[in-house]
Amino acid sequence: MAVSARLVATRRLSNLAFVAFCGVVTAIALTALALILYSLVTQGIGGLNLDIFTKSTPAAGTPGGLINAIVGSIMMSVVGMFIALLIGILAGTWLAEYAGDSRFGAVVRFLNDVLLSAPSILIGLFVYEILVFPFKTFSGFAGGVALAMLAAPVITRTTEDVLKLQPVALRESGVALGSPVWHVIRNILWRGATSGILTGALLAFARISGETAPLLFTALNNQFFSWDMAHPMASLPVVIFQDALTPYPDLNRLAWAGALLIAGTVLAVTIIARAFAKEPKR
Amino acid sequence: MSIDLNVMRRRSTPRGFAFEPIFEGLCFGAATTLLIALGGVLVALTIGGWPALSKFGLNFITGVTWDPNPEHEVYGAAGPIVGTLLTSALALMMALPVAGGVAFFLVELCPTFLRRPIGTAVELLAGIPSIVYGMWGLFVFAPFFASHVETPLMSAAPVGSVWETVFSGIPNGSGILAASIILAIMILPFMAATLRELLSTVPAQVRESAYGLGATTGEVVMKVTLPYIQRGAIGAVMLGLGRALGETMAVTFIIGNSHGFPKGMFDSGSTIASTIANEFNEASGLQSASLIALGLLLFVITFLVLALARLLLRNQVKV
Amino acid sequence: MIKTIVAAAAATAMVAGAGMSVAANISGAGATFPAPVYAKWAETYKAQTNNALNYQAIGSGGGKKQIIANTVDFGASDKPMTSAELAANGLQQFPTVVGGVVPVMNLPGIKAGQIRLTGQVLADIYLGLIKKWNDPVIASWNKGVALPNLPITVVHRSDGSGTSFLFTSYLSMEDPKWQAGPGANDAVNWPAGLGGKGNDGVAAFVKQTTGAIGYVEYAYAKQNNMDYAVMRNKSGKWVMPTAANFAAAAAGAKWNAAPGFYLLLLDQPGANAWPITGATFILMHSKQTNAQSGHDVLSFFDWSYKNGDGAAAGLDYVTLPDPVKALVRKSWKSIVGPNGKPVYP
Repeated sequence: MAVSARLVATRRLSNLAFVAFCGVVTAIALTALALILYSLVTQGIGGLNLDIFTKSTPAAGTPGGLINAIVGSIMMSVVGMFIALLIGILAGTWLAEYAGDSRFGAVVRFLNDVLLSAPSILIGLFVYEILVFPFKTFSGFAGGVALAMLAAPVITRTTEDVLKLQPVALRESGVALGSPVWHVIRNILWRGATSGILTGALLAFARISGETAPLLFTALNNQFFSWDMAHPMASLPVVIFQDALTPYPDLNRLAWAGALLIAGTVLAVTIIARAFAKEPKR
Repeated sequence: MSIDLNVMRRRSTPRGFAFEPIFEGLCFGAATTLLIALGGVLVALTIGGWPALSKFGLNFITGVTWDPNPEHEVYGAAGPIVGTLLTSALALMMALPVAGGVAFFLVELCPTFLRRPIGTAVELLAGIPSIVYGMWGLFVFAPFFASHVETPLMSAAPVGSVWETVFSGIPNGSGILAASIILAIMILPFMAATLRELLSTVPAQVRESAYGLGATTGEVVMKVTLPYIQRGAIGAVMLGLGRALGETMAVTFIIGNSHGFPKGMFDSGSTIASTIANEFNEASGLQSASLIALGLLLFVITFLVLALARLLLRNQVKV
Repeated sequence: MIKTIVAAAAATAMVAGAGMSVAANISGAGATFPAPVYAKWAETYKAQTNNALNYQAIGSGGGKKQIIANTVDFGASDKPMTSAELAANGLQQFPTVVGGVVPVMNLPGIKAGQIRLTGQVLADIYLGLIKKWNDPVIASWNKGVALPNLPITVVHRSDGSGTSFLFTSYLSMEDPKWQAGPGANDAVNWPAGLGGKGNDGVAAFVKQTTGAIGYVEYAYAKQNNMDYAVMRNKSGKWVMPTAANFAAAAAGAKWNAAPGFYLLLLDQPGANAWPITGATFILMHSKQTNAQSGHDVLSFFDWSYKNGDGAAAGLDYVTLPDPVKALVRKSWKSIVGPNGKPVYP
């Protein structure tokens, strides 16, 4: 009896330690976020005004905004995410449902992990070689393709992981009801994995929304407003990168405002997307 | 999978059967596209980096001198290679327990109404542009780190002990350890969000049966849910490692950018990605080839790290 | 979900973009240092003529690469090409504005302009040979200044840059040991210290490290009120880093004796010339495949030479003396279109 009581006490204690650890590290993570956000907001809020959404990027000493960069970023991100979702979800599905133990599946899975850690600057260089150099112009489209190459492996990896975690019974019951496998995947597996795939997509979006290096060599940048994806196009990260490093305080302020805008967009997209997808039931 | 779906498919004659091979073909095509993309990058890097690799041979990897002056032009990448491995490993070591703790907290402990805000907050860390981490690290974190961590540690280290070597360097908030901490913060959301997602896919029955047997929260996590998600958890670690190895901008601001071997945790160093980011814009000829070869080297290192991870885990889980 | 995002994005963009005019029609890329002034000129130029010129800072190396690859209408570089290099690539270059590099430091109790440095001393500091601020060599040039007994922490640029190119070229001219060692380049094998990314990175490390010395471009030092050093120039005078002193260096230079405008403005004669001064250059193909775009580029720079001096001075750049501008305009005659005729005027 005494032994058992001691055992219970030890287990309680170790559980308490575990719970405390989880709480403390969460607090640490949130503190880091709070500190970074604090810098971002205090530095960026001063630059936020209506001009940001109505004027193009200025030269030092002129009032201006970020509309050309905002529109460029949206257009390239939409193109990038569209390609990445298409490829990532299908490739992740193939890895989880069709590849099985095949050698080719193992190779794709392995190389996808390698692609995940490709420095974005190298992706930019590659897209430069295949899309910019041959066509003799930097373009928004090339920027979108570079972003897609960064986002696709993230989506592939998360799609595969969450699909694999769906019980086999789900597939069996679907097929037993007489559905073709692709029906089962589309109507049962994808639906069940929505939240997981969405997480992957959001992480991928978050990753590409702040990337400078792949855009610098593909979309370049544009001082003026442009809809034309066949030519150089402005983007928020590149504008932030260039303006943050100039000596002029007004451009620095604009850069921080742009950074705040990106963080705000990621926050908004995350919240909206989460509202569309149901929170996983516990 | 324990059941052969193809057999079942043949037995049934359902609606939409004709689309079956097309769908599989599409999925296969997408997977192959990824492969072609990586293959393309590798080919481009090999061609671009070949002049440097053929000129320096093995010295490119083992050499410690990185001299871009056109009159000397010697490129040895040992310093950046060590810096990359060191910062990534340190960042993973710091970020993994935190990410795990955050994920468990969100799934097992957190009150429901706080779950979404905290989860979103952690994911938001992933959406802050890399350059903001760099500037924050340089202007906010570095001064704090210098006065509250580096200086006390350096003066506390007993003279002549190993700690004196570990904590050597210039106490101005830059260097290997500072860069690793910034990296850890940057990869945290990737790992935490994926781990959280994995944890929440563990069937309720599995966890509830463990609780029913009288297990504590800690025991359920350690002995039931963690083994259940092991394979995916490795994926989460890979996501984090991938980001850490390839991160350029933030590291560049704070690592101190010297190409030799770091002598201590507070000494300046460099990583492969930071060297490329620093020098590529102005490079031409052999220097640019060397930087591209560095990129190829990063791929090779990633290959080796991933292969090693798989080897270590082969007996424990199917990966 | 995606549909919603696309729709929302399109709607936002449409509302925001209403009434805006079309894209740039000529584009250039290259050196980071002159980017703010080119952007300023382009802005005013567009307002006055409705012609858009989009310049992007991707680095001098990038500027050379892109003009050779023909992905841009003109390139820009802080590092002039020799006439042999120009000929080999069918290029032509001309200078636009002038800037300078300023040594800055962080010494408690010592204010801007109190420390005097020679090129030789600066080289020895960056070589790691002079390790303390109260070193007798520094003291001999700074009688009456209470030099602290502090170790010197050397800070340099980590990214390849025109600023580093000017700085190391100057050290090479001043000190044979530097020339034989690290040498002159936009990135070198630094014998000592640590590297910061960009002017910002250097400035931050200098501010955070007591006893640090670094170098930044003039506009940065001025806008951020950094503690600069006074330098000894070729005439043996001690000079301050000011716009007038950079102009003095540019005015004393012999441009007409420099084929292809290959000229470094380092250590120029003249009582007021700041020793670490340099011009930045535009690169164009001598044979334009499209005469119109060549014409557009040159008419932009012609306009800038005429109307841009005030804007440049406002951003702490130094403009070229009029005789140099006339020389450049004359050189434009040899930029020709497919028909062999000059593209401008």
